[in-house]
Amino acid sequence: MGTLDPSGTVALNKASVQKSDDAAGFYALGDKLVDDKAPTGPIKDRWTNRKFENRLVNPANRRKLSVIIVGTGLAGASAGATLGEAGYHVKTFFYQDSPRRAHSIAAQGGINAAKNYMEDGDSTFRLFYDTVKGGDYRSRESNVYRLAEVSANIIDQCVAQGVPFARDYGGLLDNRSFGGVQVSRTFYARGQTGQQLLIGAYQALERQVAAGTVEAYSRHEMLELIVADGRARGIVARDMVTGEIETHLADVVVLASGGYGNVFFLSTNAMGCNVTATWRAHRKGAYMANPCYTQIHPTCIPVSGDHQSKLTLMSESLRNDGRIWVPKDRADRDKDPRQIPEEDRDYYLERIYPAFGNLVPRDIASRAAKYQCDDGKGVGPGGLGVYLDFADAIARLGRDAVEAKYGNLFDMYQRITGENPYEVPMRIYPAVHYVMGGLWVDYDLQSNVPGLFVTGEANFSDHGANRLGASALMQGLADGYFVLPNTIREYLADGPFDKLDEAHPAVAEARANVEDRLGRLLAIGGERSADSYHKELGHIMWEYCGMERTKEGLTLAIEKIRALKQDFWSNLRVLGTADSLNQSLEKAGRVADFMELGELMCIDALNRRESCGGHFRAESQTEDGEALRHDDEFAYVAAWEFGGGADGEPMGTPVLHKEDLIYTAIEMKQRSYK
Amino acid sequence: MKLTLKIWRQPDSAAKGAMHTYQLNDVSPDMSFLEMLDVLNEDLNAKGEEPIAFDSDCREGICGMCGLMINGQAHGPEVTTTCQLHMRSFKDGDVITIEPWRADAFPVLKDLCVDRGAFDRIIQQGGFISANTGSAPEANNLPVNKADADRAFNVATCIGCGACVAACPNGSASLFMAAKITHLGLLPQGQPERETRVVNMVAQHDHEGFGGCTNIGECAAACPKEIPLDVISQLNKDLRTAIKRGH
Repeated sequence: MGTLDPSGTVALNKASVQKSDDAAGFYALGDKLVDDKAPTGPIKDRWTNRKFENRLVNPANRRKLSVIIVGTGLAGASAGATLGEAGYHVKTFFYQDSPRRAHSIAAQGGINAAKNYMEDGDSTFRLFYDTVKGGDYRSRESNVYRLAEVSANIIDQCVAQGVPFARDYGGLLDNRSFGGVQVSRTFYARGQTGQQLLIGAYQALERQVAAGTVEAYSRHEMLELIVADGRARGIVARDMVTGEIETHLADVVVLASGGYGNVFFLSTNAMGCNVTATWRAHRKGAYMANPCYTQIHPTCIPVSGDHQSKLTLMSESLRNDGRIWVPKDRADRDKDPRQIPEEDRDYYLERIYPAFGNLVPRDIASRAAKYQCDDGKGVGPGGLGVYLDFADAIARLGRDAVEAKYGNLFDMYQRITGENPYEVPMRIYPAVHYVMGGLWVDYDLQSNVPGLFVTGEANFSDHGANRLGASALMQGLADGYFVLPNTIREYLADGPFDKLDEAHPAVAEARANVEDRLGRLLAIGGERSADSYHKELGHIMWEYCGMERTKEGLTLAIEKIRALKQDFWSNLRVLGTADSLNQSLEKAGRVADFMELGELMCIDALNRRESCGGHFRAESQTEDGEALRHDDEFAYVAAWEFGGGADGEPMGTPVLHKEDLIYTAIEMKQRSYK
Repeated sequence: MKLTLKIWRQPDSAAKGAMHTYQLNDVSPDMSFLEMLDVLNEDLNAKGEEPIAFDSDCREGICGMCGLMINGQAHGPEVTTTCQLHMRSFKDGDVITIEPWRADAFPVLKDLCVDRGAFDRIIQQGGFISANTGSAPEANNLPVNKADADRAFNVATCIGCGACVAACPNGSASLFMAAKITHLGLLPQGQPERETRVVNMVAQHDHEGFGGCTNIGECAAACPKEIPLDVISQLNKDLRTAIKRGH
């Protein structure tokens, strides 16, 4: 346990000084960035103090203040419901047909909270400590402490809404343990926790729709941010059914639009998950922080062929009983695995990491699988898979016990692959699952653009370089139910702001930009579909900016992405019209933004010549091949300012602003799982 | 395998639609049904023909966004969502008919996409527990007996896809509505609003143009989450009680 400095003022580490400069020529160095909302004092008092310092908005004034929220996942729906209940006028926008479809719904495992119901030594400080350590000391300590502090309230709130969490026979809430920690603090609803939490938030949101405080815009996609007179004041959105371009103005804009894992084409994200909302904001001045931090989950169902459209995650709880192996001999790759005798199998995780075995953290398990496949020992289509074998567990516990524990996962696997995992070992392969990077925000969750707030996976703030299991749901709901409603009032206390109208140059410019861009995409009239470009971009990102990154690879990737982007804007084919439901047009706009993001991710990864959390640079490893962090050089948040360049043109040089990560409550340590 | 696809195409909600026939010659049994349509759309785009619009999002069977009538069955021949249906459920040479959900309350927007906004409006009329953020008591102050909690969870797994409506000859959304009424009615937190909830949700359901339930059971048979038919009995019971008590 780290040393707690009671005054909260003595820094336990020094600011880093970067010596390496791998990305030289690809970026310009800007001013240091300081979070001027960051509270000081003892860590346990910071949030309490901040809530008190932030001004209040009188209930009578709230209905004069309008809030736009983009996205209705956990972070967006919870914020919409809470701000609506408080009496603000809220408009929510989402690309799906109902708020209930947002991709938070697919989260399986659970949600962490420091309730200490198990009396196993959990506490707010321990949840905070585990999260900072799990994030490999690349997150902001004040934010993470606050997350841990409000975690218990989330559970109370959800239970009051009727979320059917698992319970024990006494009728009280049950908990389980989850990757990388030694306490049981995860609340769950079988393998569908995200679904149940989102339905809870969705119902609360719909209640506000009925009450008239929230207006819901379904099948609407934000295509531009409106920044007028230095403040974010609205969005330009497209009605995806009629194609109409609409301007929506407000006093404040909240982006809760999720993560950008689909930049890799194949990921566990939903088909529609995209970066457009945050990328358009980035183009309008919002800094993008740590874009290269990507989480790759080790237990996904492998690709079955070129037709693959997305990947499906299986809970990593499978690693509790399954044993991971590959054939020792490459010649055995195509053999029926049941015919490969014990002595010809390499249980490589158990061999290399005897202490943790199959339960090493996500990044290590993922990378190890990649090495085996790169070495030609991978199994299944394309040699991109390793076995996850339950034969021992079935022999030890019996088939019924295995079925009781993992039955639903086994059924899902069988439905997708057509193979029976009770008889044939499962095949698994890592897949992109979550991004820790996102728009830069201060302690109040406000970006550097005044009036633009960012919550949930769309911001960068809480998970550092790696997110712990069951923490994404916690962050989404913490931001939406408890943090944002308490920080946004400090900004709104100065409102309502001057009325804007459609004639304001900033509004007209944003609108014209959207119309122009859609027109250009339709007019290219080339040969290739947006999907084919997306796939090609995904291959580049996965190959060079995936589990293991090198200077050479990243440099090459930047070159390839730039060439691909040029080809896209000259050879794309989008059929149909702008004034109708046109899924190809929607896709084309998203892919164009993914390409620009991909380039920035590679530049960020190139600059960060260290291995930390989900980011592994081959040049920075220990003699044993383990990740090697460089706190002396890189204990900072990399916040990137857009370098300019019109849509379809090459991007200008991005500007790097560094925010030092200074710890006062926890000492930085290197992790080891051997 | 080779397949013949007969697909409903309709430019927009006002236009008249028609079935169109397409051929696919190289379908892998490992493709999901929607990946098969992705492949068809790539073909169409290459030929200069506008791709077919259909909804999907998570493609993991949980978001409820996808939903097609496949050979007359909601979500096709397996008990799962359209996105989790794989082509190994079909044979070489099959002719597959693909239509959107058919119900008055779900107007077609384009091709295979429909508007299910009516479901949200039913939820708005009481499919929630009123608990403003911050007002919640400590979670373990309110024990819930495990059998009720487990059943509440089982019926709360409804994904709002609309297969029940599409499968019902009456176009009724009773199963969808009853799943929510049962979920919230099983929990102590759900009691204060139990009677107004059922009355208001049923009124909205009828107002939206969904038909009545006549106990046919197609809904439960088509439900990818296997919500049981008896939730509708619970709905009727709650409605009777509420009306008797003057709601």
